[in-house]
Amino acid sequence: MVDRARPSESETLERIAAARARGPRLSDDTITLAHGAGGKASAALVESVFLAAFGRPDPAELADAARLTVDGGRLAFTTDSYVVQPIRFPGASIGQLAVNGTVNDLAVCGAQPRWLSAAFVIEEGLAVAELRRQAEDMAAAADRAGVAIVTGDTKVVPRGAADRLFITTAGIGWIPPGRQLGAAQVRAGDQVVLSGSIADHGLAVMMARGNLALAADIASDSAPLNQAVEALLAAVPQTRWMRDATRGGLGTVANELAQASGLSVILDEAAIPVKAAVRGACDLLGLDPLYVANEGCFMAVVPAAAAETARDALRQVGLTAAAVVGQMVADPPGVVAVRNAFGGTRLVDMMVGDPLPRIC
Amino acid sequence: MKFVDEFRDPAAAKQLLAAIADLTAADPERAYRFMEICGGHTHTIYRHGLEHLLPPQVEFVHGPGCPVCVIPMGRVDDAVWLARRPGVVFTTFGDMMRVPGSAGSLLQAQAEGADVRFVYSPLDALKIARDQPEREVVFFAVGFETTAPSTAVTLARAAALGLTNFSVFCNHVLIEPPLRAILDSPQRRLDGFIGPGHVATVTGSDHFHFIPDEYGLPIVVTGFEPLDILQAVDMLLTQYRQGRCQVENQYARVVRPQGNPAALQLLAEVFTVRDSFEWRGLGWIPASGYRLSEAYADFDAERRFPLPGRRVADPPACECGAVLRGQLKPWQCQVFGSACTPEKPIGTCMVSPEGACAAYYNFGRMHRAAARAVALGGAARSGPVGTATRPA
Repeated sequence: MVDRARPSESETLERIAAARARGPRLSDDTITLAHGAGGKASAALVESVFLAAFGRPDPAELADAARLTVDGGRLAFTTDSYVVQPIRFPGASIGQLAVNGTVNDLAVCGAQPRWLSAAFVIEEGLAVAELRRQAEDMAAAADRAGVAIVTGDTKVVPRGAADRLFITTAGIGWIPPGRQLGAAQVRAGDQVVLSGSIADHGLAVMMARGNLALAADIASDSAPLNQAVEALLAAVPQTRWMRDATRGGLGTVANELAQASGLSVILDEAAIPVKAAVRGACDLLGLDPLYVANEGCFMAVVPAAAAETARDALRQVGLTAAAVVGQMVADPPGVVAVRNAFGGTRLVDMMVGDPLPRIC
Repeated sequence: MKFVDEFRDPAAAKQLLAAIADLTAADPERAYRFMEICGGHTHTIYRHGLEHLLPPQVEFVHGPGCPVCVIPMGRVDDAVWLARRPGVVFTTFGDMMRVPGSAGSLLQAQAEGADVRFVYSPLDALKIARDQPEREVVFFAVGFETTAPSTAVTLARAAALGLTNFSVFCNHVLIEPPLRAILDSPQRRLDGFIGPGHVATVTGSDHFHFIPDEYGLPIVVTGFEPLDILQAVDMLLTQYRQGRCQVENQYARVVRPQGNPAALQLLAEVFTVRDSFEWRGLGWIPASGYRLSEAYADFDAERRFPLPGRRVADPPACECGAVLRGQLKPWQCQVFGSACTPEKPIGTCMVSPEGACAAYYNFGRMHRAAARAVALGGAARSGPVGTATRPA
């Protein structure tokens, strides 16, 4: 059987490229955790269930928030649910995450976050003191980000119908005139800037679950990014595109950009900041930090001439690990590749499966 | 992680690449096919883009040493059957969850209500058994001599604790029999081996003398960092240059010639070698797998539960067997990347990060020219890796 005519490597690569160009297809009969992980299965689910039913808002702009025009003014509108387990872990809590996550989804669209809603699904048996602490965390996070939580809802479900506490937040932000962020603005030669070190959040949550025979001093990076985004846009108004690297990590976000822009993202492995403890833990656990979730880190694309200005603007607002980590190229088209320190290269695909379920 | 950084040092890599280029330059017509036995090596090769850094005369052939890849479908079906059994907590390494059986994977069984939990160590499974004495906890043990000792330690501890709700579904396998099967195959075209560093930690590097002695091929027992693999290629080529054919130990910082006697002793107590074990793609190989010894029979899931034990043929389209024997490159398989992808795998080689197909699909799926353009792109701009070039 091995003797029959075999495709060449090039033929196989072209066949795969053609298959991938047709987009993700959902062929599963049952939802698995992978469908919620932010990788390929999530994309297939959104595409073939939700977009199929609700319609596609704007083909080029499936961003973290919708951009809406009201009486000539532009608003951004977003929503997100938080189901992280445990509900409190080093560096953050589910309440803090629920505020920061929605603030960040608005900020990376170029919006100034203003108002948030908060809806709670509570499992019976949760201590009121815990709920009060979560509410206090949310208030503190809202205060820090300069947003107001203005409406909400509460539901309680029987034991087993939820896991302690789920929170859904929605947010509205105002987009100042003149801001044009989007994958369509990205050009070959542009540089990629990262606001901080990666993979802290996912590992912090995993460690907090206590089922690893491994301990390390790793805390979630959960933080509001709106002030950093404003500092970046003030320093580099021609910033092309931004996205916070949450579920699926930097690798998945870079792939979303590659697909939306048709250009390739080439990352320099040695330039990507990863804390030593985080890198060590990832090596031990067989995880690639590129796919581990962040909650206070975003990727931005800026014109090459402004890359260092962008990095320095982020460093000045306290994001001291901000770095220029790669560039956009036209050839090869539409992929993400990592170049390592000794000249080796590898492809970075969208994440498959879910190494760390319920991370946010 | 200073210990790791030393083995990813760009300057040292460049020196080794220059030495390798020098060793192959003498005779450009002479090609070398080196089989890396371990899936861990395959992963490192693609993860760090090593294939594209080497001269075209040096080719890596991917070997059978991916523990997930060699598990036949019937054993996966048995695992799914165990996981679906009421009262059972089925514990497994994460990789195994997505391996397709003939009626779905453990991940699908979990989505449909089975209590499947992924663990990083069999000791985690033991802890679940201690914490939940009302549940039957089964551990899905897979792997070569590398992971068998941790299963053995766990079983010894379970016996000492007198646990009655813990058992092991044993699929541990041995490295020597499949290597002999490959070496005995009339289709073999190999020039040497990048030897299994982790297995050799247990068995010792001396265990591999049969390869030069009986088959006349060199082997270098090798670590798992990119520099380890480049150094192993350099050592293999140097053996050819100097007319030697030996077992060499590149991984001497970890591997001893005699291995780990305490681990070997424990393996001999806890396990006995099966008459025969089925390997995916390689078929039944005599004396190639472990089962639990009589002393540990009470912990043997195969004796404790009436497993279906059906033998299931691989899907007709699947060519994992030829890939595991090093006869096919991943991209030569008829279904690679179309019907068989990491998100919808048909074969095991597409599931595990150590599987050749998954490693190639996820990391290596690039034209050599494109990969070089990306690598050299770094030379054109100033930056932290601005000096990345390939030796002439």
